[in-house]
Amino acid sequence: MKKDATVIAQTQSKAASNADLFGIAGAVLLGLTLLFAAGFAQANVLHDTAHDMRHAMSFPCH
Amino acid sequence: MTQPMTCATPCRSPATKQMLKQILTSAVFAGVAAGVLAALLQLWLVVPLIMEAELYESGARVHFATDGSTQSDRGAPSVWEEPLRHIYTIGFSAVTFSAYAFLLVAGFALARRFGHEVTVRGGAVWGLCGAIVVALAPAVGMPPELPGAIGAEVGPRQLWYLLCVLCTIAGLGAIAFGNSGIVALIGAVIIAVPHLIGAPHLDTYFGVAPAELASEFVARVLGVAAISWVLLGLFAAMFWTQQEDL
Repeated sequence: MKKDATVIAQTQSKAASNADLFGIAGAVLLGLTLLFAAGFAQANVLHDTAHDMRHAMSFPCH
Repeated sequence: MTQPMTCATPCRSPATKQMLKQILTSAVFAGVAAGVLAALLQLWLVVPLIMEAELYESGARVHFATDGSTQSDRGAPSVWEEPLRHIYTIGFSAVTFSAYAFLLVAGFALARRFGHEVTVRGGAVWGLCGAIVVALAPAVGMPPELPGAIGAEVGPRQLWYLLCVLCTIAGLGAIAFGNSGIVALIGAVIIAVPHLIGAPHLDTYFGVAPAELASEFVARVLGVAAISWVLLGLFAAMFWTQQEDL
C-alpha cells in the first residue's frame, strides 16, 4: 500500500509539473504576442499610436 | 489503498488552477502598475525630447543651418498640447509592461521548477536583469533613436534586437544559475555574440537633431528603463510570493 501511495504521489507530482509547464508556455506565448503587437508590428495604426512608447522603450521603430 | 486514489484526480486540477491564477494575476497587476508608472516617467523625462526632436525631423528647427551656424534653440513643446497622443503612450506602455511581466513571471515559475524560489528582493534583481536584456544590452550596439534619425532597414534592426535580447537572456541565465565559473564564462561569451556580429548600421551619419539632444535622450531612456523594470520585478515578485502563501 505504501508503494501504491508512492506511485500515486509520483504521478500527481508529474501531473502538477506538466501543469506548471503548460502555464509557463502559455505565459510565454501571451507575453510574446502582446510584445509583438505593441513593439514590433509595422501596421500603420499600431505604429502611429505606439510611436512614442516604441522610441521611449528603445524598440527599433522605423 | 483507496484513500490516495480518490485524491489523485481532484488534486491535479486545483494545482493547475492555482498555478495559472498565480501567473495571470502577478503578470497583469504588476505589468499594468509598472507600465503606467513607466509611462509617467517617460512623459516627464523622455517624451518632451521626442517632441523636440520632431521639430528637427519636420524642419521647423534646423541645426547646422546653411549660414554655417551650429546653434539652434533649446526647449521642448509642452506635453499638454496633445493629450490623446500621451493617453496612447500610457496605454501601450501598460500593454508592453504586461507582456514583459508575463515573460518575467514565466521565468519565476521556471526558476521554481529548478528549486530557486523567488523573493521580493530577488524580484528587484530579476527586474534589473530585464532592463539589461531589453534596453542596456541592445543599446550598446544600437542606441535608442530619436524620431528623424535615419538608420538601416527596420527589419534587420528588429532581427538584431531580438538576437541580442535572446543572447543576453541566455548569458545572464547561465551567469545567475550556472554552478561553475566555466558556465558563467560561457554566459559572458554568449552575451558578447550579437556585439561581435555587429548591429546593422549605415555607412554615413544622417542625424538632423543636435548631438546633445540625442545623448540626453539615450541616457534618460536607459535610466527610465532601469527604474521601471526594477518596479516591475518588485511588483511581480510581491504578487507572486503573496499568491504562494495562499
